[in-house]
Amino acid sequence: MELFWYIVLMTMLTIYVILDGYDFGAGIIHLFFAKTEKDKKAITNAIGPFWDANEVWLIAAGGLLFFAFPTLYASSFSGFYLPLIMILWLLIFRAIGLELRGQVHNKMWETIWDKAFGIASLLLALFFGIALGNIVRGVNLGNVANGVSTQEAHYFFLPLWNSTFSPQTEQLGVIDWFTLLLGVIGVVALTIHGANWIIFKTNSDLNQKLKNVVFKLNFVLLVLVIISLLIWHIIDPQPFHNFIKHPWLWIFPIITFSGLFGLFKVKSFQKHGLGFLFSSLFLFGGLTSTVASIFPKVLPSTNSVNPDLTIYNVAADDYGLSIGVYWFTIAAILVIVYFTIQYKVFKGKMDDIGYGEH
Amino acid sequence: MLFYDRMQFAFTITFHYLFPQLTMGLSLIIVYFKWKFLKTHIEKYNDAAKFWMKIFALNFAMGVVTGIPMEFQFGTNWAKFSELTGGIIGQTLAMEGMFSFFLESSFLGLFIFGEKLIGHKLHFITGFLVFLGSWASGFLIIATHSWMQHPVGYEILENGKFILNNFGALFTNEWLWPSYLHNQAASLVTASFVVAAIGAFYLLNNKHNEFGKLFVKTGVIFGLISSIIVAFPTGDLAAKNVVKHQPVTFAAMEGLFETVDGGSEIVLIGQPNMQEKKLDNKIAVPNILSFLTYQKWNAQIKGLNEFDETLYPTNIPGLYYAYHIMVGLGTIFIGLMLIALVQLFRKRLYKTKWILWSLMFMLPFPYIANTTGWYTAELGRQPWLVYNLLRTSEGASPTVSAGNTLFTLLGFIGLYLLLGLLFLMLAGKIINKGPELIKH
Repeated sequence: MELFWYIVLMTMLTIYVILDGYDFGAGIIHLFFAKTEKDKKAITNAIGPFWDANEVWLIAAGGLLFFAFPTLYASSFSGFYLPLIMILWLLIFRAIGLELRGQVHNKMWETIWDKAFGIASLLLALFFGIALGNIVRGVNLGNVANGVSTQEAHYFFLPLWNSTFSPQTEQLGVIDWFTLLLGVIGVVALTIHGANWIIFKTNSDLNQKLKNVVFKLNFVLLVLVIISLLIWHIIDPQPFHNFIKHPWLWIFPIITFSGLFGLFKVKSFQKHGLGFLFSSLFLFGGLTSTVASIFPKVLPSTNSVNPDLTIYNVAADDYGLSIGVYWFTIAAILVIVYFTIQYKVFKGKMDDIGYGEH
Repeated sequence: MLFYDRMQFAFTITFHYLFPQLTMGLSLIIVYFKWKFLKTHIEKYNDAAKFWMKIFALNFAMGVVTGIPMEFQFGTNWAKFSELTGGIIGQTLAMEGMFSFFLESSFLGLFIFGEKLIGHKLHFITGFLVFLGSWASGFLIIATHSWMQHPVGYEILENGKFILNNFGALFTNEWLWPSYLHNQAASLVTASFVVAAIGAFYLLNNKHNEFGKLFVKTGVIFGLISSIIVAFPTGDLAAKNVVKHQPVTFAAMEGLFETVDGGSEIVLIGQPNMQEKKLDNKIAVPNILSFLTYQKWNAQIKGLNEFDETLYPTNIPGLYYAYHIMVGLGTIFIGLMLIALVQLFRKRLYKTKWILWSLMFMLPFPYIANTTGWYTAELGRQPWLVYNLLRTSEGASPTVSAGNTLFTLLGFIGLYLLLGLLFLMLAGKIINKGPELIKH
């Protein structure tokens, strides 16, 4: 049962990252590359009708986490208190930036909300990368100080950073040089992903320029990914033990790299959706490889006093989890139906939909 | 520590619920306008639907962005509560995400942008699905709320964890249906009064008169029906649940300090004096409370003196005022709408200035009634998170310090003030523009 819900949860989170990831990426492109009003329109049209539905995947995944793994939900949400609340604020800023910009036709009003939308998107991409870094690095469960737990074994609290910015001290912070590296990877990967979505969904003049951006950033991403792999052993001495034990798991890193290398051909793609497909493969492979490397851990302990949180010690009881399978199956079928309808109606290019114009 | 956690939850949920209460009721009224249009092919109804969709979209967006923090805060601020009860309330909250948020968000886009793409009939259906999604969301939230008020289908393990042993019980909970229908009727009250108020605003300004009349008429009819349903049968049934399962809360709500033989009076006005355990400046009507509660004039109702003080609701005056404000406003709503309806039948409503002014100025009051209604339910449950089983003081996050909570509380206050101002400004803009200019 635990394994089933773990797979469901990871699937939903991956879908969330791929979907809302292009929203964040589009926001970053909006911030740095959209110069004219036409470019900006193209970008908001490409994500306008979707962002809200995309964010529902985060909320639904949050709900399922609460339901299936309540101890993990309680522990991690209170332990990562500050960054999570800040993510909420950023999500709010981003949403109002996008929705309110077109409500008043005034240059200053538009500039303010453009920046709010762009900067919040950038910071969200960074924060989500940092969050992934925190999960693989692990946390000081039980807030151990001098070898003694000061809290129950599965609770902790992390400040935003500590004075050393090091992932190897006893008193960790949310941001250290390792998690920051993953944050930067998040920003680069989602910028590429967002650019690919815009190329896919619009006939904007920006598209040719964006193909160049994707091509160049892809080199940066490759270098960053290699660096992170080289230093991974610092936070996890045996990063490959799961892959050695279960060789079929290599499929995930292979997907990651096929996505990454596929994108180097971005300039010669004939089909506009191909770039988006490859960056989705990269995100899918990257996330699954990362969680596969720490499985069955979901939040490792960085001290030797308290055990790791694994899917088995944070799950709800069996009756609840089993009954959930029934309603979840019905809901999942409905969700597939909704999305098929939605994408059928809004298929193709979105240039003329006039999002946010009132 | 607990204080700021409670303040933050109270503040964010109060602000959040200003929006869904309109969303739920208004979606029904928009579906009604759209249905009228399909039946009569009179363009006016479609334009009315379109106009309210603009307000709806803005309101919905506010509901979404202020709603996401609610789901996070169970974990961030109430970790212990989440850990202990997640196996149960996680069910209904996860179902809300899966069943209603996906439904709402998928079809909202089609509802707002899709009219030209899908035609009127399908457009009506998308509107109906958005309505269904928002009402399903309300249902699952109130199922969660009802479990906290009146826990059912559970078992408590040695380590203090609540586990579910009967899934169906969550939905047959005696507390659930009266509360749900009471709440939905109340959200329709808000929407009706808002529609009527905007209509009155147009008539009094002598602009968009055709729509002004339509809005006032629709608002008054929906408003009267929903105001009555809020009180009877749903409010009545909800109150009887309180009498049955939380008698001490009921005594505090009614300001009943003493048990009286020969029937209890109903208090209309008065200020709880907690030092002397009595009401100051009381105005009351004899025996009515006994009759309303048990349909017997001299039935005995337990006063606060019958209970141990450790069982008292934490904030008795707050609870008493919240309840009395809700009931008082509810009574005024019925009265005003009744008079308005009479004038409507006499074909004088659109010319009766004082009623139009009253309808317009009534706009904020359903929001106050809804909010105080929720305060009644929530303050009535204190000091418990799960009634009689888990105290609020046992539910907060063990590792989050008061300083950090105050920091985020202040952040939320600042951010929501900004959101509120933007909402008022933009809603004002849409209303001022009016249905005719918004058409195309």
